[in-house]
Amino acid sequence: MTLLSNILRFLSGDAQADRVVPPTGFTARLTVFASAAMAFLAVFALAFSLATGRLADRWGDALAKSATIRISAPADQMDAQLLAVTEILATTPGVKEARPLGEDEQRALLEPWFGPDLPLDRLPIPRLVEVIEDDEGFDAAGLRARLAGEAPGAILDDHARWREPLVKAATRLRSLGLVAIVLITALAGVVITLAASAALSANEQVIRVLRLIGARDSYIAHAFVRRYTLRALAGAAVGTVMGALALFLLPSAGAEGGFLTGLGLQGWQWLWPLVIPLFAALVAFLATRQAALTTLQEKR
Amino acid sequence: MIELEQVAYGYGTGTLLSDVTMSLAQGSFHFLTGPSGAGKTTLMKLCYGELVAEQGSVALFGQNVREMQRDDVAEVRRRIGVVHQDCQFLDHLSLAENIMLPLTVSGRALHDPSELQELLAWVGLQQQANAKPPELSGGERQRAALARAVIMSPDVILADEPTGNVDWDMSVRLLQLLVELNRMGKTVMIATHDMNLIRSAKSQVQARVLRISNHQVTAAGANL
Repeated sequence: MTLLSNILRFLSGDAQADRVVPPTGFTARLTVFASAAMAFLAVFALAFSLATGRLADRWGDALAKSATIRISAPADQMDAQLLAVTEILATTPGVKEARPLGEDEQRALLEPWFGPDLPLDRLPIPRLVEVIEDDEGFDAAGLRARLAGEAPGAILDDHARWREPLVKAATRLRSLGLVAIVLITALAGVVITLAASAALSANEQVIRVLRLIGARDSYIAHAFVRRYTLRALAGAAVGTVMGALALFLLPSAGAEGGFLTGLGLQGWQWLWPLVIPLFAALVAFLATRQAALTTLQEKR
Repeated sequence: MIELEQVAYGYGTGTLLSDVTMSLAQGSFHFLTGPSGAGKTTLMKLCYGELVAEQGSVALFGQNVREMQRDDVAEVRRRIGVVHQDCQFLDHLSLAENIMLPLTVSGRALHDPSELQELLAWVGLQQQANAKPPELSGGERQRAALARAVIMSPDVILADEPTGNVDWDMSVRLLQLLVELNRMGKTVMIATHDMNLIRSAKSQVQARVLRISNHQVTAAGANL
């Protein structure tokens, strides 16, 4: 309650005290613009980080639970080997579901590369069996050994070979997004510190008068800090709305678009940008307070 | 109230004040005189804690300035009204707001809003209450500075060349205001090189004249 009441008191302010700091045009505009721009960029960095996080989760979870068995055999042995594979899978612990892909499904998989008129029945296309694992998962090495013995044309692909680098890449992209947010935050802090320091230097005469009449340094610092915190809050709010609007107007996600069209926020993730203006205000508060106290310390 | 004991101060390698010992007792009235550059403003700044003595000690209301924290200095300055030669104001505020500023920064308010009107009437600035400082004449600014200096009802008034930029009539008017404050029990020290002003105070107040000469402060003859 004390923290909340302090925040409310800080935000409501003292109209008379606010007026002791003259309105400084350039630094005011700089702070508002920098905060808006940083917030705009932060929305995208946040969306990027969340999207890559979703991608990593999807590739990590969904693909990790599935595997494919590819059966390459002469046409007269194909059905026998398919039956053998199905029987092996039915008795393999950790296999939740095993299903041979139908002709239409295989055609759909090949269609993007070979077109719609592919004569599947006349081509030596391998048969594919989709394997879904249960929570325990199966022993890939043991399954491979059984397949080698009972269905020599069957090869198990557990997706690990291509899934791992993709998950690693997505995880790194998510980390890069978080690094971008940290850098944007630090940059916002630097810009606001510079603006506040410039304002304090430009108002040396004001500080001298205030001290002459008995103002404490905390009072002088508070007057500057409140002004810059509110400017950063306002600028960041505008930047966040603009960024969120830009994300909202991105083309909707679709299978054809892949990763790029999935960059937007989803569901409750739309609440995350609300944190950005508050965080910007916190950064501005800390940066300006430090700048003010340092400057006042230097001016005895 | 303000005591200086063997105080020395200089800028760079040069000594401006040396072995200065003096005190301002409650209700006393002092003139501080000496040629330009003798150190009158420096001595005034030592008396309200803007400067810290290089040697010796300065005590304000019993507190040694060297041992004071910044907040202590701020508290002490609320008990000392300072009128500067160059009358520093916040130009974006009105005259009335500038005069009220000491109350504003200390979180206080006037008991009765009419007190401000009385104060403005006392210094003859009722008509200029809403004017901005740059719109005022030199004399008006000096009177406004005096009003700002006294609004907190301080114990001590330090006026550094308060008549430096005004004509003779206005100088006499400002002197009368300071004498009135002294009669109310305030301690007053005026730094000036205007001997005519000091002489004109003869009939109005018992004042001591301190002279800065050869880096030291000496009493300049008998009371006026």
